[in-house]
Amino acid sequence: MTTPMVRIQDLSVEFGRGAQRVRAVRGVSFDIAPGEVLGLVGESGSGKSTLGRALIQLIQASGGSVQFEGQELMGLSQAQMRPLRRQVQMVFQDPSLNPRQRAGAMLAEVLSTHGLHTGAARAPRIAELLHIVGLKPEHASRFSHEFSGGQKQRLGIARALAAEPRFIVADEPLSALDMSIQAQIVNLLIGLRQQLGLTLLFISHDLDVVQYLCDRVVVLYLGRVMEIAPTADLFDAPAHPYTQALLSAAPIPDPTQAAPQVHLLGDPPSPLNPPSGCVFRTRCPHAIAACAEQVPELTPTGAGRWVACLRHTEWT
Amino acid sequence: MTALLPRLHVRDLHTRLLQGDSPLPLVRGVSFDLHDGQTLALVGESGSGKSLTALSLMRLLARNARWECSGQALLTDAQGQQHDMLKVSDEHMRQLRGHQIAMIFQEPMTCLNPVLTVGEQIAESVRLHLGLDTRAARAQALRALEQVEMPAARQRLDEYPHQLSGGMRQRVMIAMAMVCEPRVLIADEPTTALDVTIQAQILALMSRLQKDTGMSMLFITHNLGVVAHHAERVAVMYAGQVVEQAGVHELFAKPAHPYTQGLLACLPGRARQLARQSGQAVALQDIPGQAPAMNRLGSGCSFAERCSVSLPACQLQAPPWLGIATHARLCHLEGHP
Repeated sequence: MTTPMVRIQDLSVEFGRGAQRVRAVRGVSFDIAPGEVLGLVGESGSGKSTLGRALIQLIQASGGSVQFEGQELMGLSQAQMRPLRRQVQMVFQDPSLNPRQRAGAMLAEVLSTHGLHTGAARAPRIAELLHIVGLKPEHASRFSHEFSGGQKQRLGIARALAAEPRFIVADEPLSALDMSIQAQIVNLLIGLRQQLGLTLLFISHDLDVVQYLCDRVVVLYLGRVMEIAPTADLFDAPAHPYTQALLSAAPIPDPTQAAPQVHLLGDPPSPLNPPSGCVFRTRCPHAIAACAEQVPELTPTGAGRWVACLRHTEWT
Repeated sequence: MTALLPRLHVRDLHTRLLQGDSPLPLVRGVSFDLHDGQTLALVGESGSGKSLTALSLMRLLARNARWECSGQALLTDAQGQQHDMLKVSDEHMRQLRGHQIAMIFQEPMTCLNPVLTVGEQIAESVRLHLGLDTRAARAQALRALEQVEMPAARQRLDEYPHQLSGGMRQRVMIAMAMVCEPRVLIADEPTTALDVTIQAQILALMSRLQKDTGMSMLFITHNLGVVAHHAERVAVMYAGQVVEQAGVHELFAKPAHPYTQGLLACLPGRARQLARQSGQAVALQDIPGQAPAMNRLGSGCSFAERCSVSLPACQLQAPPWLGIATHARLCHLEGHP
């Protein structure tokens, strides 16, 4: 196995303190290989966005380790982090563009922050960046309100690419977009990966897109990893009861296929007061007394698969 | 004779936003029939006019703008009497809402009153529409919450919307709509704001309620997965028009309009399904460009600019309806798709 580009070990993120303490991410560990597209899936409140932000030091993790190409990021000062910011970039669900800045000026700002393509080289580079994401050179003089939702997301991607990163965290980049536009952005991401050899952490709740785009998938529930598996294996034979329930709840856009099943009753518990032991046990159809006692460890089950379930041997 | 009349018969519905000198046509000649106990899905992307169609029918268009609606929207009641929802008086319309036709919305938090308890809100609709007294209305509200499988229903009666999860809020919305046993329910993206496991719960609940009460549903969504499993018929909307209508199996098996074809080819799940059946990788196709601005529609087909098979006529002439009554498309392209 190649050395991972990103290695997360026992990462935890907490907000608040005392009774209001939310443990948004709890003891998460996984690797991302160079050139890999890793999917991070989970429902709202599972901590997937928090994890993505903690990973590139946009929020402070409360414990654990994040290594980028062997270098520890935790505990770095802003100044020490700056050269690394070029390497790791983020694409947001809503690209949050400055309404008073033209697209070209926005990209120029990124370039000057990192001292890239100075002087006469800057304008052609901006045109090139726009071209890479499927926009036209004349778009450089437009303001954000003059762009459609899909174009804004293209611009958000161009902004991330301007720093010439090697690793991008994309947090729900498609959720605000219409279906036909989603497909455009998925194809753009696939193209960028092939051309630029990008490594991507793709955070999404859309299992269909994850299945299409990602090489491996990490499944989160209430801040903990339930399962990690290569995409095809995960969707063919989900090992964790939560993954099984999640996949069977998603409707397949084909009326001849089985209708979605309701396996999970009730709502996820509050992250303010998560259940003891396995966080999923309160909704798990297979839970036994032991599940309340101990936190199941993420255990390798062969062929790159990991499962955190006391009873996984019974159905794998 | 009631069996022959559709519960909801909409013909040539036009909704224009009145602004400046030129009204902006946002719904452009929508027609459909909704039969007893049937679910018709209205599918389209944002701005295609599907929510505006529903709001026009319910006469709930935003009051801070001026609108003009024309066409026909005949609602048939249990006695077989027809009411044209676009023409009846406001008072008459208030009587139709609730008992005959009700609507639920995507964002339960913005549609529920934050300073009234859940019980008060459901009871209000019972008092207004069924004329029950306070005590009877509260009892009815409790029954409604139990009917939508609300956990700890009695306790929830006295809680406020902010104390509930997203899924529970949507159950409250459904309880409010169902409490007067409407013959037609319009559901506008009822599960879009919910997680997929909660979505499955709410959709299963709606199917059960429909089976129990025999109501007809106009189900507005952009999610083709939901359409595939919860609708009998589908109307696909684009730029304010229905561009294709078909039974759900027919639509997914043989989409006839180039837009519908493009929409299905966009779906990663669909591409994967086809790949599995054929044993070959299927590329994800996108529809280039974006939906047209509604103030710049020409005389031709509104999809022509993005269409991969458009003809010269598409740019200039409005497309005709082709196909048969059960599977029709608004397109110039003759022959079998």
